[in-house]
Amino acid sequence: MSHRVTPQSSSAAAMPTSRRSVLKGLAVTLGATAFPAGLLTACGTSTTPSSSGSSGAGAGAGAGSVTFGSNYSDPAPKDAFAALTQAAGQKTGTDIKINTVDHNTFQNNINSYLQATPDALFTWFAGYRMQFFAQQGLIEPIDDVWQKIGANFGPAAQSLSKGLDGKFYFVPIYNYPWVVFYNKSTFKEKGYEVPTTWDDYMALLKKMKSDGLTPLAFADKDGWPALGTFDILNLRINGYDFHIQLMKHEVPWTDPRVTQVFTQWAEMLPYAQPGSTGRIWQDAVKTLESKKAGLMFQGTNQVAAQYVTDGKDLDDLDFFPFPAINPQFGQDYMDAPTDGFCLAKNAKEDSVAPAKKVLEYLGTAEAEATFLKTDQWDVALANGATIPTYNDIQKKSVDVISKCKAVSQFMDRDTDPGFASNVMIPSIQKFINDPSTGGIKSLQDSIEAQAKTIFTN
Amino acid sequence: MTAQVRSPAAPAVALAGSGRVKKTRRPARVAALVFMITMTVLWIVPIVFALYVSLRPVEDTAKNGYFSLPHGLTLGNFTGAWVQSDMQQYFLNSVIITVPAVIVTLFLASCVAFVLTRVPFRFNVALLILFTAGNLLPQQVIITPLYRLYLLIPVPEWVSENGLLYNSYAGLILINVCFQLGFCVFVLSNYMKSIPHEIYEAAVVDGASLWIRYRRLTLPLCRPALAALATLLTTWIYNDFFWAIVLIQRGDKRPITSALANLQGQFVSNQNMIAAAALIAAIPTLIVYVALQKQFIAGLSLGSTKG
Amino acid sequence: MAVHSRPRARGMSPRDRLIVGLMLGVPVLADLAFIWFPALSSVALSFTRWNGIGGFDQIKPYGVENYRIAATVDPQFWPAVEHNAVWLLVFVCFATPLGMLFAVVIDRNIQGSRIYQSVLFLPVMLSLALIGIIWELIYSPNYGLINTITGHNQDSNLVNWLGDPHLNLWAVLVEACWRQAGYVMILYLAGLKAVDPSLREAALMDGSNAWQTFFRVVFPVMKPINIVILVVTLIESLRAYDLVYINSHGPVLPGLELLSILVTQNILGEQTRIGYGSSLGVVLLVISLVPISVFLYQTFRREARR
Repeated sequence: MSHRVTPQSSSAAAMPTSRRSVLKGLAVTLGATAFPAGLLTACGTSTTPSSSGSSGAGAGAGAGSVTFGSNYSDPAPKDAFAALTQAAGQKTGTDIKINTVDHNTFQNNINSYLQATPDALFTWFAGYRMQFFAQQGLIEPIDDVWQKIGANFGPAAQSLSKGLDGKFYFVPIYNYPWVVFYNKSTFKEKGYEVPTTWDDYMALLKKMKSDGLTPLAFADKDGWPALGTFDILNLRINGYDFHIQLMKHEVPWTDPRVTQVFTQWAEMLPYAQPGSTGRIWQDAVKTLESKKAGLMFQGTNQVAAQYVTDGKDLDDLDFFPFPAINPQFGQDYMDAPTDGFCLAKNAKEDSVAPAKKVLEYLGTAEAEATFLKTDQWDVALANGATIPTYNDIQKKSVDVISKCKAVSQFMDRDTDPGFASNVMIPSIQKFINDPSTGGIKSLQDSIEAQAKTIFTN
Repeated sequence: MTAQVRSPAAPAVALAGSGRVKKTRRPARVAALVFMITMTVLWIVPIVFALYVSLRPVEDTAKNGYFSLPHGLTLGNFTGAWVQSDMQQYFLNSVIITVPAVIVTLFLASCVAFVLTRVPFRFNVALLILFTAGNLLPQQVIITPLYRLYLLIPVPEWVSENGLLYNSYAGLILINVCFQLGFCVFVLSNYMKSIPHEIYEAAVVDGASLWIRYRRLTLPLCRPALAALATLLTTWIYNDFFWAIVLIQRGDKRPITSALANLQGQFVSNQNMIAAAALIAAIPTLIVYVALQKQFIAGLSLGSTKG
Repeated sequence: MAVHSRPRARGMSPRDRLIVGLMLGVPVLADLAFIWFPALSSVALSFTRWNGIGGFDQIKPYGVENYRIAATVDPQFWPAVEHNAVWLLVFVCFATPLGMLFAVVIDRNIQGSRIYQSVLFLPVMLSLALIGIIWELIYSPNYGLINTITGHNQDSNLVNWLGDPHLNLWAVLVEACWRQAGYVMILYLAGLKAVDPSLREAALMDGSNAWQTFFRVVFPVMKPINIVILVVTLIESLRAYDLVYINSHGPVLPGLELLSILVTQNILGEQTRIGYGSSLGVVLLVISLVPISVFLYQTFRREARR
C-alpha cells in the first residue's frame, strides 16, 4: 500500500524540496526545545557533526540525509553500529540518523513498519526472511549497488543477498557459526577429546555424565535455541539440500528422514540439561561458565557474548563443529546466520540515492572491519577482510565457516518465520517434553497438517 | 435493589446512628491482623527479592545464584540501566502520552456516565452496553484495522511530523483514550447510579444547569471513584506497550516500556540490570498511587451530602 | 418507587441539549470510530486469508476455513480454550473473592491498613517487564528463589516451574492472582468507601455482627460495584495474555496456551496471518461478549424500568 506516499511526492515535486527540509528542521527545532539537549544526542544520534537535522549541510556530490532503522539495541552492537554509520557518513558525505528500536519489537513489527513510513535503510537478516519481504515488494532491489561491491564478496555471500527473483536486495555485514562450546580447562582437567563422529560424541556425553557433569547445557524457554539443534541434526543426517527443501515445505514433515532427526535427537536428549523449557538460554550459558556443564550447542553470538557480559574468561572458551553423523555429509554444513542491511521500498524518494551510496560503503571490507572493531563474537564476510581485533573464537569461526560446503541461515530465517515461531517452536518444545516414539509420530503429523495451512500458494 | 440506597429512610437512620460504632470483637480483630500481615509479607517478597537482585553485581549472581548471601551490594545496575537505556528520554515520552490520556479519558468518561445516568432518553441502555462491551474487545482484534486507519487519517503537521496519526504521540493518546473509555464509563455510571436523587432535585429546583449539576455536584461526589480510576489508568497507560509496538515507528518516540525492552537485549541480557531498570520505571506509578490514595481512602462517603 | 421524581428530558433547555449532545457525541463517535469499527473489520477479516501486506485487493475470501483450521488442525486451539476456562475458574473462585476479602478487612480500619493496602496493590502498578523479571528470578530452575530454598536447583532434581506443561499454568496463575487480588481490592475498596456509613451503623445497632452486617446490608447495597467486579474478572481472565507472553519469553510455551496469546502471535509477528488470527479473536469475542452483553442488557434494563 502506498497511500500517503504518492500525494506527498507529487506535492514535493510541485513545491521546492526545501519545504520538507524546512519542516524537518522545524520538527528538529521543536524537538530540541521540547527535550533537553543531552537527550537528543542520546537517542537520535546524528552522525555527521556538521548537520543537526538540516539536510543541506552535508558536503559532496552524494550529500543527502538518510534515516537508518536499527535493531542493534544491545549496548555493544549499538556502539559498533554507531561507529559504522559515523564512518559511512563521513565517507559518503551523508547525514545518517539512526532510529534504534529494540530487537524483538523491530522484528515483530517489520511488516507494518515497512508498509508505513519506514527509514530508508534498515537492519535485517539474510535468507528466506529477507526474500519473503522482497517478494512482497517491501524491499527495493539494489543491483546497481552490487555492481560496485560485487567484487568484495564470494559467491556464497552473493547468493545470500539475492531475492527469489535473482536480484540483489541485501548487503551483508557479518555472520557467526552455531557450534558446540566447551571450556578448555574442563577438557584439560578431565582429559576429554574433541569428538568428530556421533559415536565419539555420545561416548563423551556418557563420560561427562559419569564424571558428575551436566553433559549438555541446554535451554529452550525462548523457543529458538532448540531450532538450532534440529537444524544441525538435519544437516548432518540428511544434508543441506534436504534441509532447505524441508524448510520450503517441498518435502512433507512426515518424511521418515525427519523421523530420523527426532529419533537421533531423542538419543542425545537424556544428556541434555533437564528442565530446558523453563530455562532462558543465558542461564544455560551460566551452567557452562561455572563448569557444571561440559558442552553447549549454540551460536558464538550468544555464548561468547554472554561470557563477556558475565565477566568470564573468554580465553577458556573454545568450540568444535557438531560431529559428523552421516559420512556422506560429514561436517560439511552448519547454521551461520548472516545479518546485514536492506533498502526499504517505501523510503522517501530523496533519500534513495544517498542510501545507495551508504550501502556501497557498507559492502566493503573496511566497513566490516569498522563494525567488528569492538565485537568479540561475529565475523566478517567480505573477501580479504583483515580484522586485527579478532580473538581466537573469531579466528576459529572464520575457519570453520570457510570449511563448509554450504551454510544455512537458521530455521526461522530459512523457512516462513510465522511457521517457525507458531508451529515449530511449540512442536519442538513438546518433543523435548515427550521424546517418545509415539510422540514423534503424532508430532510429525501435526506439524505437517499445520504446514499445509500455512504453505499454500 | 439499589433503590434501597436512595430510600429517604437512610439519612434519618444516619442521624440517629451517628456517634455510636460497635467495636469488632477482639479475636476477630487479631485473626484479621494475622491474616493481613501474612498476606502482605507474601505479596511483597517477590518485589523485595527483585530489589535485592538488582542491588547485586551480575558477576556475583551468575556465580552464586540469585538466592545467596551478597558479596557486596552496588547501585551500579541502577546507574547502568539509567544510562544504557536512555531512560530520561523514554520517561518523558511516557509522560507526554500518559498525562493527557488519563485526563481526557476521565473527563470524557465522566461526561458519558453522567448523561447516561442522569438524563433519561431512549438509547441509554444501548449506549451503556456499547461502551461496556467495547472494553471487552481485546487489543489484538483492534490493532490491524486501526493501523491501516492511522495511515489514512491526515492530521495537521504540528500534531505529527509526517502528517499522519501513525507515528505520533497524538495517535497514541487517542487510542489509549478510546480503549480505556469503555471501562471508565462502566465504572463511573455504576458509581453515579448510587448517588441519591434527592441531591439533584434540590439543584434542579435552584435552576442549576445540566453542566453545573455535572461539574459542581457529580464530579466532587465521584472523587473516590475518579481517584481509583486515575490510579488504574495511569498504571495501564504508562505500562502499555502494545499500541506503541505497531503505531510508533521511531524508537526515540516510544514509551518507557520499550526502554525496558531495549535492555532485555537481542541476545545477551543482564537480569540484574533489567530488574533495576524495571524498578526505576515503576517509580512514577508509585508516586501517582501515593498522591491519589488519600482521595479514596479519606472515606469520602456518598451518604453525606458534602463533597 | 421514586421514578417519577427523576428529572425528565422534556425539561431541558436548548443549551442543556447542546451540552448533552457534546458530552455524549464526542466520546461515542471516538469509541465507534477507533474501537468498534476496527473490531468489526476484524470480524470481517476472519473470513479472509491475508498476510497483512498490500492493499485490500490482496485480501482473499476464505469462507469459514480459518475456523475449521482452528478447530481441527491447530493443536494449540483446544488447550487454549481449556486454559482460558481454568483461568476464569481460578479468578472467579479464588482471586476475586480474595481481593474482596482484602478490601472488606482493610475497610474495617484495622491497624496498618494503609500499609496492607499499598503493598497488596503494588503488583497492579508494576510494568509487565518488571513482573516478568520478578517471576523469572523466582521460578528460574537453577538460580531461582523457590528451587534454591527448597534445594531443587540441581540438574538432577530441579522443578521446572515454567517449562513443565503440567505445572506452568498454575505457576503463572499464582502471578495472575497476585495481581488480580490487588486490583479487585482497590475497586471494591472504592465502592465500600461509598457505602453510607449510617447504613452499617444502623445494622450494628440492630444487633447484627460484622459479618451479618456485611452480607445483609453492605453487600446488597454494593450491587453496582459487584457488577463491576464481575465484569472485570471476566475481562481479565479472557483477555489475559500479558503474563503468559512475558513468561514464555517468545512463542507461547506448551501448557500455557491461551486464546488471546494465539491471537497475538498470529496478528503481531514477522509474518502475520491476519485472517486466521482474527478468527481466533472472534472466537474470543463471542465467548466473552455474548454472555456478558446479555447479562448487562438485562441488568441495565431492569434498572431503567425502576
